[in-house]
Amino acid sequence: MTIAIERRSKTRQPAPELDVERVRRDFPALEQTVNGKPLVYLDNAASAQKPRAVVDAVARAYVEGYANVHRGVHALSQQATAAYEGAREIGRRFLGAAEAREIVFVRGSTEAINLVAQSFVRPRLNRGDEILITHMEHHSNIVPWQMLCAARGARLKVVPIDDDGALDLGAYERLLGPRTAIVSLVHVSNALGTINPVRELVALARERGIPTLIDGAQAAPHTAIDVGRLGCDFYTISGHKVFGPTGIGLLYGRAELLASMPPYQGGGEMIRSVSFDRTEYAEPPHKFEAGTPHIVGAIGLGVALEYVESLGIDAIDAYEHELLAYATERLAALPRLRLIGTAGQKAAVVSFVVDGVHAHDVGTILDHEGVAVRAGHHCAQPVMERFGVAATTRASFAFYNTRDEVDRLVAGVERVLEVFS
Amino acid sequence: MSDLRELYQEVILDHYRKPRNFTVLRDATGEGVGHNPLCGDRVRVWVKIGDEGVIEDVAFQGEGCAISTASASLMTEAVKGKTVDEAEDLFARFQSMLTGDDGEHPDLGKLEALAGVREYPIRVKCATLAWHTLHAALARRAADAGTGGVVSTEMS
Repeated sequence: MTIAIERRSKTRQPAPELDVERVRRDFPALEQTVNGKPLVYLDNAASAQKPRAVVDAVARAYVEGYANVHRGVHALSQQATAAYEGAREIGRRFLGAAEAREIVFVRGSTEAINLVAQSFVRPRLNRGDEILITHMEHHSNIVPWQMLCAARGARLKVVPIDDDGALDLGAYERLLGPRTAIVSLVHVSNALGTINPVRELVALARERGIPTLIDGAQAAPHTAIDVGRLGCDFYTISGHKVFGPTGIGLLYGRAELLASMPPYQGGGEMIRSVSFDRTEYAEPPHKFEAGTPHIVGAIGLGVALEYVESLGIDAIDAYEHELLAYATERLAALPRLRLIGTAGQKAAVVSFVVDGVHAHDVGTILDHEGVAVRAGHHCAQPVMERFGVAATTRASFAFYNTRDEVDRLVAGVERVLEVFS
Repeated sequence: MSDLRELYQEVILDHYRKPRNFTVLRDATGEGVGHNPLCGDRVRVWVKIGDEGVIEDVAFQGEGCAISTASASLMTEAVKGKTVDEAEDLFARFQSMLTGDDGEHPDLGKLEALAGVREYPIRVKCATLAWHTLHAALARRAADAGTGGVVSTEMS
């Protein structure tokens, strides 16, 4: 099966080539030593390091022009509101949404998915209806649906994946049925790196009138996103994975759907008027932002997205693609090592198991060598079960990683093989 | 940080590759199930306690990292033939070796091979999982095993 990779085709200047040494100087965290060795940070899929611009913007937001948003008539509140809403506009542009009111600030992808499950799907879900996800989902795109299914007597359906970790497109099409209430699937798999052909998958659902949610938590740092072009109804990203602060993310929702949905949480900020008899809700997106929002997080996220845009997503994509190819080639050449996730279209994630060595021992030895990787089930236990492993070691790359760091990873794995000879 | 070889000593690698008492104990009087949700490791420990309160036999099954497997294996060797009280005392001293202030470990014999884990706090749970599970098995008779909970490293 060959599906063309989604590429950013928005009107943007051709990106210059990525200058990794210059980029690295933007990330103070990369200058650390760990266990006496220069840090090699390859746990980006869990959370990415932050450029100085984001760290500075967060500090500045607390010092200059900080106040609560949307209420004060005073200057600081107006400044804070402008910065907060400015970040929403950056989010709109980054995701390719038509209007800023289609961008809701959330804590992250997890909250975004829960919001859609509770506010959009739940009121429409009848007993016997189906929710379609895939076998490569993160727990955050499994558990909210399980909870909803249990509450409403609906059924969770799962699209299988093949031995390379690619989605079974034939099965996907067969599983799209008259009872399918929503398709919720991941753009880029955190455990396998697989890039799903989301545009085609969304189109197949749309032909049948089935709404779609795309979990873009892992896609945002690596891949072009254009919700207009994808045609999806909802799209989610987590700020901390795209070089922004923790505790902030974006939910894109098509304007007419957001308008039709009841609030997710009640409180201040999401109302137009309140009396004890009746409350009128604010319009989207504020309807879904009850309480004082993560103002400074949103501002930091805006700066992070601008930073990514300044490097150019095409330059990032090209650079990481080369890095992934190099890492794959070098790791695959090692004895006793099996790659988990070998789909044709992949983001810069390499998961592997070493024969006779548990992932945690691999992780400890790599850490000893200053190489930070994730060892475990990656919050995707069904993926582990599919490949018959309890855990994998995962090296996940960002645009600030280098070929030298791939060499350090490989040398670390060679050390593992030596200890467990 | 200490050298890797202090963590992965030969005796640990040996017990990882060839775990001792790695079997199901059919005539067990107690059974415990341990789980480390951080890494997914699971271990099951069986004990057969005689009339005098002596651990006549002990066995384990499970899948885990080198540290957890070797620790379970070494544990079964260490407690076999001991009384329940002696085994609990050994557990306390073993824990103290890994997490105590001074890290002293008098007379722990082969268990001292695991002293290096002390330098890797995140791995202490790997080394103690089997012991927590043994503790549960000693407290719980086989007849009750099915109704008992799972010992988790994430419980206080």
